Amino acid sequence: MSKKTNVLPGFNLSLGYTLLYLSLIVLIPLSAAFLKTTEFSFSEFWQVVTAPRVVASYKLTFGASLIGAFINAIFGLLTAWVLVRYDFFGKKLIDALVDLPFALPTAVAGIALTAVYAKNGWIGSFLEPNGIHVAFTPVGVVIALTFIGLPFVVRTVQPVLEDLESETEEAAASLGANRWQTFYKIIFPALLPALMTGFALAFARAIGEYGSVIFIAGNMPMVSEITPLIIITKLEQYDYTGATAVAVVMLVISFLLLLAINGLQWWSNRRNAEAIE
Amino acid sequence: MYTKFSFKKWVVAVVLSTPLLTLAADISLLNVSYDPTRELYVEYNAAFAKHWKAKTGDTVTVKQSHGGSGKQARGVIDGLSADVVTLALSYDIDEIGAKAKLIPKDWQKRLPHNSSPYTSTIVLLVRKGNPKGIKDWNDLTKPGISVITPNPKTSGGARWNYLAAYAYALKHNNNDDAKARDFVKKIYKNVPVLDSGARGSTTTFVERGIGDVLISWENEAFLAQKELGPDKFEIVVPTLSILAEPPVTVIDKVVDKRKTRAVAQAYLEYLYSEEGQEIAAKNYYRPTLESVAKRYEKQFPSISLIKIDDVFGGWQKAQKTHFADGATFDQIYQK
Repeated sequence: MSKKTNVLPGFNLSLGYTLLYLSLIVLIPLSAAFLKTTEFSFSEFWQVVTAPRVVASYKLTFGASLIGAFINAIFGLLTAWVLVRYDFFGKKLIDALVDLPFALPTAVAGIALTAVYAKNGWIGSFLEPNGIHVAFTPVGVVIALTFIGLPFVVRTVQPVLEDLESETEEAAASLGANRWQTFYKIIFPALLPALMTGFALAFARAIGEYGSVIFIAGNMPMVSEITPLIIITKLEQYDYTGATAVAVVMLVISFLLLLAINGLQWWSNRRNAEAIE
Repeated sequence: MYTKFSFKKWVVAVVLSTPLLTLAADISLLNVSYDPTRELYVEYNAAFAKHWKAKTGDTVTVKQSHGGSGKQARGVIDGLSADVVTLALSYDIDEIGAKAKLIPKDWQKRLPHNSSPYTSTIVLLVRKGNPKGIKDWNDLTKPGISVITPNPKTSGGARWNYLAAYAYALKHNNNDDAKARDFVKKIYKNVPVLDSGARGSTTTFVERGIGDVLISWENEAFLAQKELGPDKFEIVVPTLSILAEPPVTVIDKVVDKRKTRAVAQAYLEYLYSEEGQEIAAKNYYRPTLESVAKRYEKQFPSISLIKIDDVFGGWQKAQKTHFADGATFDQIYQK
């Protein structure tokens, strides 16, 4: 496909560079992790990665990341919508605020969130007397992961929304669609691929997050330990092989989930294309 | 033309590098240490540089690196060229020998007092007026008491805390292991947050206002009291605690390569001198030198201190029975 339509030369060269670059930056370090685990026999490997404490941490890490990404998908879409469709005083400022979680060192985010949600913090002092515990519980983990994932959804949806022409909406309205129909039949399908990409990015980022979570999680075994902490714990005991074994499991699950999300995106793109034809 | 220019360039290069050459005659050392010793070594390094200058005429600059004890040891294992390490527990230094073969096996016998120039212990820090009336370790097992201590799996200090409580329980239950395990289990049931390091726990207790009691290094407790004022916290000295020996050693492979053995050795030995001990005591570490210890008698209350080698058979064994995966600490959290 690329051969017959490409006007610019250099496919072979650029593909070569792409592969070299990916290998150097991504594949070689990752394969080192896989190689390290070969020091284990399979049953040893299995025993390490399925220990109850480790399994509890997978559930928390992937569960909280998924919830965080969902919250971001909804509110990120809303934020992007407001930033693109409306003009108001201070819009540029809000636009810049969205990127703050990108720029902030994660430890700073973690300390700030903990300070706010602890029982003597601004928000925590209202929640705790009502029996709502956020800091040092899995809820705190979800909040930290939502915080760091927000820009991903906004920044992927925003440009697509900007490119969406208002004529299509006007056409839909003139053909008799009500506002709700215009949204879910015309706008939403066009945004869905970008939204899914944003969701996937926020999710992937959350899975690997350590700095911001560690302060607010409480780190109780079986309850609020995230998988990256388990890896650090193993390193702390000089158990390099065990640490990489858990890391490899995380890697494989993350890769499969991202592959599934990409597949879903491809499928929705194709369905969209068919619908338009 | 070309040769002339290049000759000039050479002259310039040589002239410019002369000050560099004289600088290289000065000595630099890297001391890889753990978190709470930052203030101690800032003061000590200045004192040692002065001492070394007076003795040999050489100028020595000591660079410091601080972090969690285990993380620092892994840095050295992975190739950080530390001339000396001054860590929280001998287990971490043992691993430098075992994993990277940078030091001999019997490193701990090379300097007096198990290579620990200063010691510390574990005490309890409570809020002003001690509202929950905490006097000793057994008060921490009572329901309704909230205890703050870091995670022993990630923090060296937390392991000392765990072992101190365990030793107390052993003593009061005729060395019955099952009862001691039950005792520490009750304490950890009262722990709402397990921070990953000792400083993290201090922050949780002091800044976040969580918990009735903080199990802490004695020097950290003094420091918290000094920084935040004695009107906020009180130190409770338990009837029994553990003698924490943060050991030091030169890293043989590094000092031989960098030709710094003599000065690195002197750097550690000077810690045992009158002046070194004085600085340690000022920074709330218990001095080992008799004369200095006498002078600071008032600062450090006498506690009956057990030794890890006597009660737990050394760090290697303690690590295996209590902190390895599936060992006694993990069992607390298994259903």
